[in-house]
Amino acid sequence: MAKITLSNLAHSYISNPKSEKDYALRRLNHEWEDGAAYALLGPSGCGKSTLLNIISGILTPSEGRILFDEDDVTFADTADRNIAQVFQFPVVYDTMTVRQNLEFPLKNRGADPKYIQQRVASIARSIQVEDILDKKAQGLTADAKQKISLGRGMVREDVNAILFDEPLTVIDPHMKWELRTQLKALHKELKHTMIFVTHDQTEALTFADKVVVMNEGNVVQIGTPEELFEKPAHTFVGYFIGSPGMNVFDAEVTGNIANLQGNKMELKQTHKKLSGKTELGVRPEFITLCEEGMGIKIDIVRVEDVAHHKIVRAIYNNKDVNIIVPEDVIITPTMNNMTFDMSRVNVYVNSWLVEGEEIS
Amino acid sequence: MSLQLENVSMKVDGQMHIYNTNLTLQKGTMNVLLGRTSSGKTTLMRIMAGLDVPTTGKILWDGVDVTGMRVQDRKIAMVYQQFINYPSMSVYDNIAAPLRLMNKDELEIDEAVKKTAGLMRLTNMLDRKPQELSGGQQQRCALARSLVKGSGLVLLDEPLANLDYKLREELRAEIPKMFEESGAIFVYATTEPEEALLLGGNVTTLWEGKITQVGKTAEVYHNPNNATTAKVFSNPAMNFLEIKKEGDFIYYGKNEKTPATHALAKLKNGRYKAGFRPNHLELKKHKENAIKFTAHLDVTEITGSETFLHMSYDSETWIGLVHGVHDLEYDSDLSVYLDSSHIFIFAQDGDLLHTASYAEKR
Repeated sequence: MAKITLSNLAHSYISNPKSEKDYALRRLNHEWEDGAAYALLGPSGCGKSTLLNIISGILTPSEGRILFDEDDVTFADTADRNIAQVFQFPVVYDTMTVRQNLEFPLKNRGADPKYIQQRVASIARSIQVEDILDKKAQGLTADAKQKISLGRGMVREDVNAILFDEPLTVIDPHMKWELRTQLKALHKELKHTMIFVTHDQTEALTFADKVVVMNEGNVVQIGTPEELFEKPAHTFVGYFIGSPGMNVFDAEVTGNIANLQGNKMELKQTHKKLSGKTELGVRPEFITLCEEGMGIKIDIVRVEDVAHHKIVRAIYNNKDVNIIVPEDVIITPTMNNMTFDMSRVNVYVNSWLVEGEEIS
Repeated sequence: MSLQLENVSMKVDGQMHIYNTNLTLQKGTMNVLLGRTSSGKTTLMRIMAGLDVPTTGKILWDGVDVTGMRVQDRKIAMVYQQFINYPSMSVYDNIAAPLRLMNKDELEIDEAVKKTAGLMRLTNMLDRKPQELSGGQQQRCALARSLVKGSGLVLLDEPLANLDYKLREELRAEIPKMFEESGAIFVYATTEPEEALLLGGNVTTLWEGKITQVGKTAEVYHNPNNATTAKVFSNPAMNFLEIKKEGDFIYYGKNEKTPATHALAKLKNGRYKAGFRPNHLELKKHKENAIKFTAHLDVTEITGSETFLHMSYDSETWIGLVHGVHDLEYDSDLSVYLDSSHIFIFAQDGDLLHTASYAEKR
């Protein structure tokens, strides 16, 4: 296991990049702590796969360096980096048994047969494939094959890091739960440095200690799931994390007073004079639907019943507003106002979070 | 206009893929086929499309038997998980392609393409090639092509599975709207319960080649009539617990018991399967008569606003979903509470005996 350092790293697929736009990955400095679980989250084309490919050695960055502990591996081949990888689609040897598949990385490295036996038994128990160990991989379902790919990725204890490239994309929802839990338990047990690339917020948030949110080649925020939820650093993070994402309202902010088209409210923080486009960010979870006259008037377009809560789709000031309402709340026609949980309201200037001074 | 499957079954190499099935789909409806991988969704769609001929049974279109009629001769469109566009043609020509195959005149084609492109928000992209579009736009282009010829039946086989989830969110909201305007019969296959709920309409739940329930999507979710539907139509899956009713008590786990109140009081002595949803397990006792379970906490997952608790209780594995961020110690005992109004009672064979009282009130 190792700490991974990215130093002034950037990548362009164009040979003479002129502007920021030409970079798939823009300049980045970051340390991946030894033994932590990270997720790289962002929409397609955000640069997350580029970054993963640089770490794995599939791609040589056009600028900057990458270090495993103190070793500069910028130009090292994948094979020399001592990493394990799991891909979107299962990679298993069909003609081998499940056991042989799991043994493969250890045998390749000439590990002691007794150790191999113990290690494979332990991994097989973790991923719950003990009953099919001596079956040929051929004919197994895609789910089972991907489970074996995950097991094989985790079988070596001496790797610097394990990289996962959207490994759960092709898996049924109910199996995702199982595989995620197993991954999580294995990480707790083995403390490998893990980097997990995904465009699925649930996967990222539930898997990682820290989530790296990317957009258009930039790292927008690195934080714990709670930080990303409570204090999105950029309105993009607010939008991308959460279903539906954070609501954004045009507002004027003076001191601790926010003014939404004449509706004034007291913020929990006081701000110095703000210049630029000022907005309030409020998650649908922190807006309450209430009776006429109790808050700000909205026009409800429809109510969606989605499993354990309802999503109210409404319009305020010609913009969409989403509100999450618990499943046991009955929405009556006179409930057409909204109020905010003021301790959960964030202020943004030109799309970036600004923190004011707490009011004591 | 209606599509009817009458005693349809499908056997491939001696294996039953679809058991005897009867299903009627009406004009202007959204019909979700919900089931796990290899539950029979795609097989059923291929039979509806005429791509496969069923082993037994008939397909009736407005009462007319079309079983065995070539797919080309039916007014059908199908969209797959892997979006398919002609790479060398513009978006306009992609959408126009089915109409050109039908030898429509260019004026009519132009009108239809522009109307459909407007519906799919592709108006500004008609001159581009598919690879110049985002994944969501490419799939919208494929969807536009499926709508443009005015097909009476549009079959969508997990059309959003390969897209970013934010794009999925967007298209899920759009698809019901475009279908309303088309008046066709829509059939939409998915493995995801949330997707089914967002699409609304009617749902058919499938399990290993058998239909387990048909009805309005939200109603089936809230009132599953058997344990299999409850399992298929919940994510994370419904939790189950073997219980025994004896006299005034319910016995469960390792000889634990609780007074049989409410619906439980009416049960005859015997063994049952209790079911409850993950979000109904609580970390605090909110109601006086809530049942307490001492479960083993295996792992927690934190989403930022909610915490998933992965637990084992007796021989069952459960998932709990609680609000807020809870840092709990793994591999330890955890007390969780369940209000009896949230319990569904199923017979040993899985049939629903008593719906949870909270769901009844809806």
